Amino acid sequence: MSSKNSGLLSRESATMNRNDSRPVIGQASPVILRGTGICKSYRTEAETLPVLCGVDLAVHEGEFSAIIGQSGSGKSTLLHLLGTLDKPDSGEIHFRGKRIDNLNHRDRDRFRNHEIGLIFQFYHLLPELTVLENVLVPYMIRLGVISYFRQRKALHERARHLLEMVGLSHRLRHRPSQLSGGERQRTAIARSLIANPSLLLADEPTGNLDSKSGGEVLDILAQLGENEKLTIVMVTHDDAIAQQADSTIRLVEGVVESQQSRRIA
Amino acid sequence: MFKLILAWRYLRTRFIAIASIVSVTLGVATLIVVNSVMSGFTDEMTKKLHGILSDVDISAPGMGGEISNVEETVKQVEELLGDDLVAATTVVRVHAMVTYHVNGQPRHQPILLFGIDDHSFSSVSDFRPYLTNSIHQQGNVFRLEESGYDPELPNCGWPYRREKFRYEKEVRAEIERMLARQIEDQRVASRVEDAHLMPLPMTGQPVADGQGTDGPETEEAASPGGGFRMAALPDQLPQLPKPDSVPESVVSQKLSDPSIGPLPSLVKDDSWNPPAFDSEAQYREPEHLEEFDPITKSRVGIVLGIGIGKLRAHDPETGEANDVFFLRPGDDIEITVPSSGSQPRPILANCTVTDFYSSKMHEYDSGFAFMPLSELQEMRGMFDPMTGGYTVSSIQLKLRPGADLIATRDKLREAFPVAYFPLVIQTWRDQQAPLLSAVELEITILNVLLFLIIAVAGFGILATFYMIVVEKTKDIGILKSLGAPGSGVMSIFLAYGLSLGMVGAGVGSLLGVAFVWNINEIADLVAYLTGREVFDPSIYYFTEIPTQMSPAMIVGVGIGAMLIAVLSSVLPAIRAARLHPVDALRYE
Repeated sequence: MSSKNSGLLSRESATMNRNDSRPVIGQASPVILRGTGICKSYRTEAETLPVLCGVDLAVHEGEFSAIIGQSGSGKSTLLHLLGTLDKPDSGEIHFRGKRIDNLNHRDRDRFRNHEIGLIFQFYHLLPELTVLENVLVPYMIRLGVISYFRQRKALHERARHLLEMVGLSHRLRHRPSQLSGGERQRTAIARSLIANPSLLLADEPTGNLDSKSGGEVLDILAQLGENEKLTIVMVTHDDAIAQQADSTIRLVEGVVESQQSRRIA
Repeated sequence: MFKLILAWRYLRTRFIAIASIVSVTLGVATLIVVNSVMSGFTDEMTKKLHGILSDVDISAPGMGGEISNVEETVKQVEELLGDDLVAATTVVRVHAMVTYHVNGQPRHQPILLFGIDDHSFSSVSDFRPYLTNSIHQQGNVFRLEESGYDPELPNCGWPYRREKFRYEKEVRAEIERMLARQIEDQRVASRVEDAHLMPLPMTGQPVADGQGTDGPETEEAASPGGGFRMAALPDQLPQLPKPDSVPESVVSQKLSDPSIGPLPSLVKDDSWNPPAFDSEAQYREPEHLEEFDPITKSRVGIVLGIGIGKLRAHDPETGEANDVFFLRPGDDIEITVPSSGSQPRPILANCTVTDFYSSKMHEYDSGFAFMPLSELQEMRGMFDPMTGGYTVSSIQLKLRPGADLIATRDKLREAFPVAYFPLVIQTWRDQQAPLLSAVELEITILNVLLFLIIAVAGFGILATFYMIVVEKTKDIGILKSLGAPGSGVMSIFLAYGLSLGMVGAGVGSLLGVAFVWNINEIADLVAYLTGREVFDPSIYYFTEIPTQMSPAMIVGVGIGAMLIAVLSSVLPAIRAARLHPVDALRYE
């Protein structure tokens, strides 16, 4: 059985499935990201450990979704698959109707760089670079030396603007090690936004922060959803945080237990 | 873009990067220094070895071996080699002894004496360039010069010789004068006594035993020049009785043997006469025997190795080494050579040192001497009655540049089979084979060791880079998650390796070149700090450390170092490129 066939089959079944189980949500905004029958397991030498078993989900344009689940429920793995950081064993992921899970390495790298903004629990800033440079990394990756220098002014302007937006305009020349956790995460948010992504993927963005800093980070994300109509998918284990999202997908042991939306179109 | 900025940042902020650069730098500098010194050493040595030796040497075996039919042999060789032969010369090589005087004491030293034809010998091998006198570099090396000697050897040549022998002559004249004066003084004293004695026989009794005439006669015989004034007095006294009163036997005895002196019975102080005669005989005799005036003439010229008659003295206070010369151009020396033939006898000859031979090769400088071929042949009696010509020890050939030495040698060996011609035919490499093969072995071993050093440095860089990749795993994951392709991540580390190599090779090259340029100063400094001479010219072949740097070698070493740095960063870079972003990010 080839993966393509199985993908096609599972998509159809997923569509059926969704129509059955889910209340109708915003028909006005089209689906930007759709996963159907996603399976992923980690193999060790001795055994195969299934993480995701046939996950179906759909994310609509401009929606702030939260994936909730306990530790080990496979929510981070799902996010990685959605962000093309990893490949599913079976199932398909479509971004704006285009299949992205079977792209080759180079296209996936391009896709990530152009379409996706990533925010991690542990910020993942580069310690050798300043805050400003860290924010510019996606463009440094995208552009060659010459075109980067040609666009340098505009890019710096944009990075400064974003850092101002997250309240870090006074920290441009600092190294990540000189920042607090909240500041680092806000830097990471600025970095995820600089390349104008269509989709923001956040993996427990508040997981390592105290409630105040976490609140600030969430506020920024919520504002982005409100003002910029940015599509955000956030992974969290905290129900309280998930309350701020428009829709929630609850994962239990690798299977979607429920998907609900509070926003009625 | 990110590759550049990250490679640069990694380079700037890592201590480990500086350590890698230092290791590359040291490796490159060491290679350059060792290479330069080795190639300088080998080059200088082979040049010097080759310099004094001819390309091909045809010699009679053994110490007393002689080639008798020289002209015929040379003609045969010329016909055989044709255009390959540039020049040929005949040489007499014989062990000899040189004798010179230090503070009046004789010193003997064994040497290898070459009888050479200055002109043809110089065209066969490097001889004249090693002479200290600049005039001799054009020829006439066995002529003592007025000037042109090395300024480091002051007081040489004719001026020195004139001054020396004039001084000696003056000293001799002074001694002579003093002796004469002593004689006169003593004679006056004795005359006064005689005068006291003489009137007695004069006035009292007729001369019976010849006492009275004894004095003046002795005086005239002894000092014809100096004693006239004093002699006038006694002359007048014994005027008449002299001719007939003196017995013939006494007179003849006195004339035939002046050393006997006056009759002992008459002399009160009898110590004066015999010594006066003795010393007179001693210092007058040489002047009569030789009509050679060392002030204006020189003897047969000889060129000595500069190490002969030289002593290296270390100043106990400063530790500096100074050369003290007991011999210099213009001095006369004596050489002893064995005569030719079946029963060698020592033959002595006086020579004048005309120049020093300074090849800076200790072995040659302290044991070689050169004199004119014909003089040496004559001296040793190297004459073959069968052919009617002079004999030589060897025939030396110079081939045109690029000629195949080995092939030429084999051709000659074929033409002169040992069974019929007892000749040893060797190239200069054959003659110095033990030394050359030792040097070759040394170079081979050194290259192996250097290669090991490079390998160590290379693996050091490999390990360093691997550590950096492991350390940067998370960063690699971040970059990949932000869309950096594997090739880009890989090129960070390749660029990193290349820049380490470039910086290391650049700094190392500069360091190495600077070291090589100042190597003798550094050796002096080390000698000053440790108190011992690093490069003792009396042991090594050279007075200073020879170096030879070729730009190609420096560029090669630099590129090699960069290549090693890049190659050893390839493996870690590939690992970095293959890192899975999720795996790389997973662990905090």
